Amino acid sequence: MNENTGRGIIREINGPIVTIRLPGVRSGEQVRIGEMGLVGEAIALIGEDAVVQVYESTEGVRPGEPVERLGWPLSVELGPGLLGGIFDGVQRPLEEIYLNSGDHIPRGVVLPALNREKIWHFVPSPECTSGSELAAGAVLGSVRETERIEHRILLPPERHGTLLELAPEGDYRLEDPIGRIRGADGRSHKLKLYHRWPVRNPRPYRRRDNSIVPLITGQRIIDTFFPLIKGGKAAVPGPFGAGKTVVQHQIARWSNADIVIFVGCGERGNELADVLETFPQLLDPLTGRSLMERTLLVANTSNMPVVAREASIYVGLTMAEYYRDQGYDVVMLADSTSRWAEALREVSGRLGQMPVEDGYPAYLASRLAAVYERAGRVETQSGDKGSVTLIGTVSPPGGDFSEPVTAHTKEIIQTYWALSKELADARHYPAIDWVSSFSGHIGVAAEWWHEKVGKKWEQRRAKALALLSRDAELSRIVNLVGPEALSGAQRWELEGAALIKEGVLQQSALDPIDTFSSPEKQYLLLKMMLTIYQKGADLIELGVPVQELRELPMLDKAKRAKQLFNSEQTEKLIELNEEFIQEFEDVRIEYAKFKEHGK
Amino acid sequence: MSAKEYRTARSARGGLLVVEKAPGIAFGDRVLIRDHRGRKRNGLVIRSAGNSTLIQVYEGTDDLDLESTWVRFLDQPLEISLSPELLGRIFNGIGDARDGRPPIVSSIRRNINGSAINPAARTYPRKFIQTGISAIDGLNSLVRGQKLPLFSGSGLPHNRLTAQIVRQARLVDEESSFSIVFAAMGVSHSDARFFEEDFASSGVLGNVVMFINLADDPPVERLAVPRVALTAAEYLAFDQDRHVLVILTDMTNYAEALREVATAKGDVPSRKGYPGYLYSDMAEIYERSGRIRDRHGSITLLPVVSMPSDDITHPIPDLTGYITEGQIVLSRELHNQGIYPPVHISPSLSRLMKDGIGRDDTRSDHPSVASQLYALYARALETRNLASIVGADELSGQDRRYLEFAEKFDRYFVGQGEDEDRSIIETLNLAWDLLSMFPKQALTRISETDIAKYHHSGKD
Repeated sequence: MNENTGRGIIREINGPIVTIRLPGVRSGEQVRIGEMGLVGEAIALIGEDAVVQVYESTEGVRPGEPVERLGWPLSVELGPGLLGGIFDGVQRPLEEIYLNSGDHIPRGVVLPALNREKIWHFVPSPECTSGSELAAGAVLGSVRETERIEHRILLPPERHGTLLELAPEGDYRLEDPIGRIRGADGRSHKLKLYHRWPVRNPRPYRRRDNSIVPLITGQRIIDTFFPLIKGGKAAVPGPFGAGKTVVQHQIARWSNADIVIFVGCGERGNELADVLETFPQLLDPLTGRSLMERTLLVANTSNMPVVAREASIYVGLTMAEYYRDQGYDVVMLADSTSRWAEALREVSGRLGQMPVEDGYPAYLASRLAAVYERAGRVETQSGDKGSVTLIGTVSPPGGDFSEPVTAHTKEIIQTYWALSKELADARHYPAIDWVSSFSGHIGVAAEWWHEKVGKKWEQRRAKALALLSRDAELSRIVNLVGPEALSGAQRWELEGAALIKEGVLQQSALDPIDTFSSPEKQYLLLKMMLTIYQKGADLIELGVPVQELRELPMLDKAKRAKQLFNSEQTEKLIELNEEFIQEFEDVRIEYAKFKEHGK
Repeated sequence: MSAKEYRTARSARGGLLVVEKAPGIAFGDRVLIRDHRGRKRNGLVIRSAGNSTLIQVYEGTDDLDLESTWVRFLDQPLEISLSPELLGRIFNGIGDARDGRPPIVSSIRRNINGSAINPAARTYPRKFIQTGISAIDGLNSLVRGQKLPLFSGSGLPHNRLTAQIVRQARLVDEESSFSIVFAAMGVSHSDARFFEEDFASSGVLGNVVMFINLADDPPVERLAVPRVALTAAEYLAFDQDRHVLVILTDMTNYAEALREVATAKGDVPSRKGYPGYLYSDMAEIYERSGRIRDRHGSITLLPVVSMPSDDITHPIPDLTGYITEGQIVLSRELHNQGIYPPVHISPSLSRLMKDGIGRDDTRSDHPSVASQLYALYARALETRNLASIVGADELSGQDRRYLEFAEKFDRYFVGQGEDEDRSIIETLNLAWDLLSMFPKQALTRISETDIAKYHHSGKD
């Protein structure tokens, strides 16, 4: 980069879009703008001028001020020390910025993402000896990043060659050399505990792999009804107030991923404050360790500069791919992809590009698809298996799911959890609508459930969904002509659907027991509701009046079971189920006696 | 400050002025304009290139003579002076005194745009604010540091409700009351007077700063009002350790002014002609509320948003709802039935409520009581629909009970007097009066212990 020292001047400032004259600048290159040293990215070259989008507010910047090439595209630092941190949309460490600069984010701060002073205990891989041939992405060794995560130090993806030397086990800082490799170019390159990667390029892997296990989230409507697989892509569209954020937080808390990356993209600052305050105290149900040990946050709240919002998704994805390459299952939550799309729209508008739908640029669909395509389960360069599961929320204006971002997203993803305003208004949470949601992974999930939990998962799921769809149909009739028009059996169907809705689908994120449901508990709860429905339906066939069944106290008790017994108390659920069967038996005998007597 | 004046204005329309041949002007700089009659106007640089500078003029561009318009660039952003003396004063939209008293003199001057609060510096809002209004305290509790808008419509009593909240809002366990920052954008003279008189008669005026932009003031000035007001609020909260309640009325007028200027600038319109950055722009305002680590004060924000044609999906309420932490929705139907405050419970929501109520803050049964009331009311509304089709006589006894519940709920729980200040305990007891209309086992969202303790039939 011999043109690196090239300097130029600012010509025009239009909000975050700055036109500069800087010879030799490349498209995508980082540039430093003006006397404050704001950082931006060249996004278009027009003759001698370049158009730069700036990640910070350009207030106070003047035409004529200097600009400077930095020589690299937007990149992130990848190494130990990421977990537990909070970064802005271009990976600046917000906690350090707070300690250095106070309550507000000043402009022009340059701070490395990773702490250079911290000492890490490095253990080299036994197979990495001097003289061994290493392929790109090879595991050089590891450090313990947090109690639960062993951070594998990878050879950067574009390097391979002969290992000249590797440091022995010991304590090192990030900038300390831990080895040297002779690359394909014949030159010797230093190795460190971290490397950089440009965020807009997906990290390489050997090959894509089929996803084979569901991501267990502990949320019944997700796991049992609309499962997502590790390496899958999901969207959560919903109008405001429908509970998108709670769904995201619940997944961040309870899912059985190794690493969770939460990208707060154009959303509320308080939501990130909530995660930062509560996650360190929350314990992971699987390992008993603090959740913050596996979590990292990327924050571009709605009041932070809009250009960094566009970058934040790529920054999050690159860190997700980096942990995937270490062989981990990573979940990345992007809240909200609509704000990301709006950032694209704002920049394209300022560039005067022709808008197509609702002001969005024509490349919206292809950019969205490219983002979601970075999810997946892969065989890593070093031969491990890792995955990135991407879950994006969508905030459709006016709750209109036909708007461009929702519509395009729906074509790309395989799992769709549609949130409904009506359910949220009735305080039915999570307000995931069972009619319009879907999952393309039932087959894969069924194999897992049948092997690990119970053979009847798929069958019961189908039965429950059929009952819910009957319920929707019958409710329409009730709304037209009143409940008297229904037969006893039909009214019992409504009752059965209510059991599923209240006893299984509704799940309180606030209730300490209900907030997480193990697969076994989910399975048993659904079984219980279907048993009650089936036994009742049998009795109605025998002639028992539906009114008598509707007043059975067991109905309310069954609806409460989710809050009474935690995920370990499965035998209690089995007992309760037996109890209910017995109760129905008693009703049957009583009714038979009554009939006999009546005769 | 540069003394140089430019007389190179080339065009003036829609509140925007283009000045040529003024090199090296900083983006976002404050501008002073003198017109042909010697009157002063304020402006802000919103686009800067070597040959032409675009200025947004707060007082508008009407009656300008380009030949004799002098433009001076002040080499500083738009700032206001800050001191404790702000309280009790009335200013215009850009912070000049409007009450005939001298301007604030202080060494502390701050940029009205502020800068984003570092998310890592925030503290999550947790303290319950008692407004004395059951529909809010009981079901959509306001928490200190929250931003909770009032979605209203023309002719609905949002002004009266806002004034009542200002009079009654307090923390349950602290004596300290709130300092009020009141920002009016494009409101009528009578509305502005209503608030002034209400603050005066309730004796809070000395604790209020008002920033007033009336309906006949220039629309461009409206873009500065909330920013000026929040700069004052930030000073009072984070420098002066006060708890500040900020009222912004009406954000719809603000957004319309933004659209006006955006259109004049030639920005690409998105929904309903509003610029694509309406969300980010409003977020810059709303997100200035909150609490900060190691600071005693807080900013609680209550914006009023009137929904054009009562349409909650209109871009202004819609984008507001995506940024704020819930919303209180007023209903024309309840208002027409004479119910005050006409709070429509179903679409109303307070996202932060869960963290501000319960055993340590209000009472242990509060969360489940709220959830149960919501569920019963949702069911009751369905029954009401049904009754309007098949007639109330066709309903079962159980269904009629729901109808009766909805009726009482609207009248006695939501409805209350304009001077009625209910404590949270009174609100919860009132809730149990209603819940006790139902048998115990119907209250599936409340724990058996709470039912035994509070259900009327369980008290013997």
